[in-house]
Amino acid sequence: MLNYDIIVIGGGPAGLAAAIEAKKKGIKDILVIERDRELGGILQQCIHNGFGLHIFNEELTGPEYAERFIDELKNQGIEYMLDTMVLDITKDKKISAINTKEGIMNIQAKALILSMGCRERTRGAINIAGMRPAGVFSAGTAQRFINMEGYMVGKKIVILGSGDIGLIMARRMTLEGAKVEAVAELMPFSGGLKRNIVQCLYDYNIPLLLSHTIIEIKGKERVEGVVIAKVDKNKKPISKTERYIECDTLLLSVGLIPENELSIKAGIKIDPRTNGPIVNESMETTINGIFACGNVVHVHDLVDFVTKESKKAGKSASKYVLGNLIKKEEIIKTNADRGIGYIVPQRIRMSNVDKKLELFIRVKDVYKDAKLVIKADEKVIKELKRRHLAPGEMEIISLNASLLKGKKVSNISVSVKGS
Amino acid sequence: MYDVAIIGAGIIGSFISRELSKYDLKTVLIEKDNDVSNGTTKANSAIIHAGYDAFYKTNKGKFNALGNPMFDKVCKELDVAFKRIGSYVLAYSEKEIETLKRLLENGEKLGIPDIKIIDGDEIRKREPKLSDEIVAGLYAKTAGIVGPFELCIALCENAVENGTKLLLNYEVSNIEKNENRFIISSNEKSIEAKYVINCAGVYADKINNMVNKPKFKITPRRGEYYLLDKRTNGLVNSIIFNCPTKMGKGVLVTPTVHGNILIGPNSEDISSKEENKTTFSGLEFVKESASKSVKNIPFNEVITTFSGLRAEATGGDFIIEKSDTKGFINVAGIKSPGLSASPAIAKYIVKIIKDLNEGLKENKDFNPIRKKIVKFSELKDEEKKELIKKDKRYGRIICRCENITEGEIVDVINRLVGARTVDGVKRRARPGMGRCQGGFCSPRVVEILARELGKRVEDIVKSNKESYIITKETKGNIDYNK
Ligand SMILES: Cc1cc2nc3c(=O)[nH]c(=O)nc-3n(C[C@H](O)[C@H](O)[C@H](O)COP(=O)(O)OP(=O)(O)OC[C@H]3O[C@@H](n4cnc5c(N)ncnc54)[C@H](O)[C@@H]3O)c2cc1C
Ligand SMILES: Cc1cc2nc3c(=O)[nH]c(=O)nc-3n(C[C@H](O)[C@H](O)[C@H](O)COP(=O)(O)OP(=O)(O)OC[C@H]3O[C@@H](n4cnc5c(N)ncnc54)[C@H](O)[C@@H]3O)c2cc1C
Repeated sequence: MLNYDIIVIGGGPAGLAAAIEAKKKGIKDILVIERDRELGGILQQCIHNGFGLHIFNEELTGPEYAERFIDELKNQGIEYMLDTMVLDITKDKKISAINTKEGIMNIQAKALILSMGCRERTRGAINIAGMRPAGVFSAGTAQRFINMEGYMVGKKIVILGSGDIGLIMARRMTLEGAKVEAVAELMPFSGGLKRNIVQCLYDYNIPLLLSHTIIEIKGKERVEGVVIAKVDKNKKPISKTERYIECDTLLLSVGLIPENELSIKAGIKIDPRTNGPIVNESMETTINGIFACGNVVHVHDLVDFVTKESKKAGKSASKYVLGNLIKKEEIIKTNADRGIGYIVPQRIRMSNVDKKLELFIRVKDVYKDAKLVIKADEKVIKELKRRHLAPGEMEIISLNASLLKGKKVSNISVSVKGS
Repeated sequence: MYDVAIIGAGIIGSFISRELSKYDLKTVLIEKDNDVSNGTTKANSAIIHAGYDAFYKTNKGKFNALGNPMFDKVCKELDVAFKRIGSYVLAYSEKEIETLKRLLENGEKLGIPDIKIIDGDEIRKREPKLSDEIVAGLYAKTAGIVGPFELCIALCENAVENGTKLLLNYEVSNIEKNENRFIISSNEKSIEAKYVINCAGVYADKINNMVNKPKFKITPRRGEYYLLDKRTNGLVNSIIFNCPTKMGKGVLVTPTVHGNILIGPNSEDISSKEENKTTFSGLEFVKESASKSVKNIPFNEVITTFSGLRAEATGGDFIIEKSDTKGFINVAGIKSPGLSASPAIAKYIVKIIKDLNEGLKENKDFNPIRKKIVKFSELKDEEKKELIKKDKRYGRIICRCENITEGEIVDVINRLVGARTVDGVKRRARPGMGRCQGGFCSPRVVEILARELGKRVEDIVKSNKESYIITKETKGNIDYNK
């Protein structure tokens, strides 16, 4: 059986950053396994600008951002395999992978880093009624067809869901000569980044229909149109508000789901709120020595934060391999209180935290002029003012370690105060 | 000229053509679509019913009872998954127990083996997720599940291997009888045959009316379904029916041969024979009814919904008979349990053809065995290694949800009755059947189809002719700062 110190599963931005960081921290034998034909993950199909503002202070395209990490990976001499899929992992950190050259491989690692990214929710998952013609694509699939394979998928488009991928695809399809009739969004607010709403919709006069949904898809062979309707507070369609929009294509941008089939097989516990593994301050899952980072843990909107989180995972994995990660200690649990969708990490061991403890959070609703209130066992330890909070925009809370170190705290909660 | 022309390559037409390929006959199987199994056979509950349900004096009852025991052999010969997992019809009240007793009695008259009524506690012991309200159930050991489109495709493949001619994209628009032969035309084209067997599903009335007086009418009766992620495997391990009503056997919850959970159908008469859509109200009804029998069904694990159309004929029974026009045989109104009855119906039709052809000889070269389909993920590690050594394409996973390799996809394209469309590949090898529903793999499948068929990517369709996927090549570089 082959042996490595660290195996990284998934060569997207998360896997790349984690591998590079682990190497820098002194680990020699690292293997990155990627099932696609190239490294870079989802970034390779995101050919628009807007990556790297936080990390590089520049606006890069997805492939440019990826390239910087791919170059560094190669410079560091880190091994990687492409066109290779990991089929199975065990809690003892054995993996089995497959490719055309080696066939089936069984490899033992001292530590694993999971960075498998996420996949898109489908029509089935949201249950849109109607016919089942061609021309219904998830936005990411359409993006792959257009940006990587070089084929257009339609002429008259309706997009359901105003997450970032939907917004970006509205612009992309328009630039390719298609007419985007509307972007319909179930919620009363968009799930995408503010700048994407402006740059991808408003700049092109594409209507954003908030509190709307698609109630029926028409067309026997290819999409011929969709029926949209307004929805009420409970997201139920309001009768008499139905409207038919003729189109040949429906793009769905209705959410991403972390790809945790492998994690579940290994017995890693999943947080139902994030759909990703429960992790601790070191990005370690509920199995010692198996770490996770990037979209497999929770869906990020900015790749810069993926990089940041993944460096932490890489560093922690190196500590683990070198025997420097402190295992046993009292655990602080984080608790997503009023208005908060989730918090990552879910568990914290303060002795592995250097100066700052960072919490990644997502709110459940849109808030204006609100406060984020952080409590340690019911005692307020910090309040942060925010002019604007939205589910589409992840927040990072940075806490001084001194606030918590040496104190007997068992629970940190975050809540939103305001409306 | 053909001896026999079979119209419609659903399970019925396909089974008949395979059975007839055992004889020295020139047979043609005609299908309007670009693939076989594209009608009702692709969307149903996939149950091989034990046979107690339909009244013992009807064709439905008789052919179901005869058909069920025939599945083991044919599925083995054709390498199609078939599992006898047993079924329960549930009763929630004394009145419904009476219904169970009626079913049991009917089943006994038909000679259905291994059926009995058991009490609620015993049922819950075997199927712990079932409702606490259940007081009794009719258990039928011989009920099974099958892959209906896999079986239909396999039957066609085997028939073609044994000499049947398959004519796709041939929509029969007119039939004329000229002395002792039929002229069967589609637009400008026509073929001739001595006998015609009408297996056109919901369109069987239309085909019948081309030669006979309109004796029956087919009304499409739609049924809608949810399919759950494989993660829900084990929710139930047998087929769970609610008590039947006038409109049919009611909503069921069952595992599929691939390990998903299937829930449905409702039952709604509609006017169009093409409206196999899903509706909000239909699916809500399915949800409610299923929740009566099984507790806490994880409807958040739905990966797709779909619907199928039952061919409900005047009179409500299967119409399997020689028509007024000599040599023209109707196999119409084959609603549920048509799948279960199909092997027996095929045998019966063979008998009719034999009677019409005295001294009919057997096809000495008939080979009942279909070349095995490689299911890569089910192989042992050693076998996988061997296979990849022989053909590297088995080392490349294309469908990440179901772990389907490029080798398997290429195989189903290049077989007899090979896949020509994305849905065709999906039905044969399953890429796109998993939880991402083709999100990752459909661009790759399109690419492989184009390569293997020597076509342009733009010419690959999802299913029927007009179901194009791609409109044109992109313009290339786009300036975002404009
Ligand atoms: C359409 C879109 C637009 C975006 N726009 C922006 C933007 O404008 N600005 C910005 O900053 N961020 C943007 N993002 C966010 C950012 O790109 C993602 O959050 C980031 O790519 C996630 O990185 P990841 O490495 O976790 O996942 P991915 O990039 O998805 O990488 C995961 C990798 O793992 C591989 N993998 C998975 N399972 C296996 C297995 N079993 N074996 C081997 N390999 C496996 C996959 O093939 C993939 O390459 C966008 C994201 C999307 C989807
Ligand atoms: C909701 C539902 C649930 C069911 N569940 C079960 C079950 O669990 N168990 C069971 O045993 N049965 C079940 N059935 C019944 C079973 O699915 C059908 O009996 C069976 O599939 C019918 O097969 P067929 O070949 O007659 O029809 P089809 O599969 O519809 O085939 C007819 C074919 O004829 C072709 N055709 C039509 N017109 C023309 C033309 N003019 N020229 C050329 N070709 C033409 C069509 O394209 C089609 O391919 C169910 C049915 C439904 C709808």
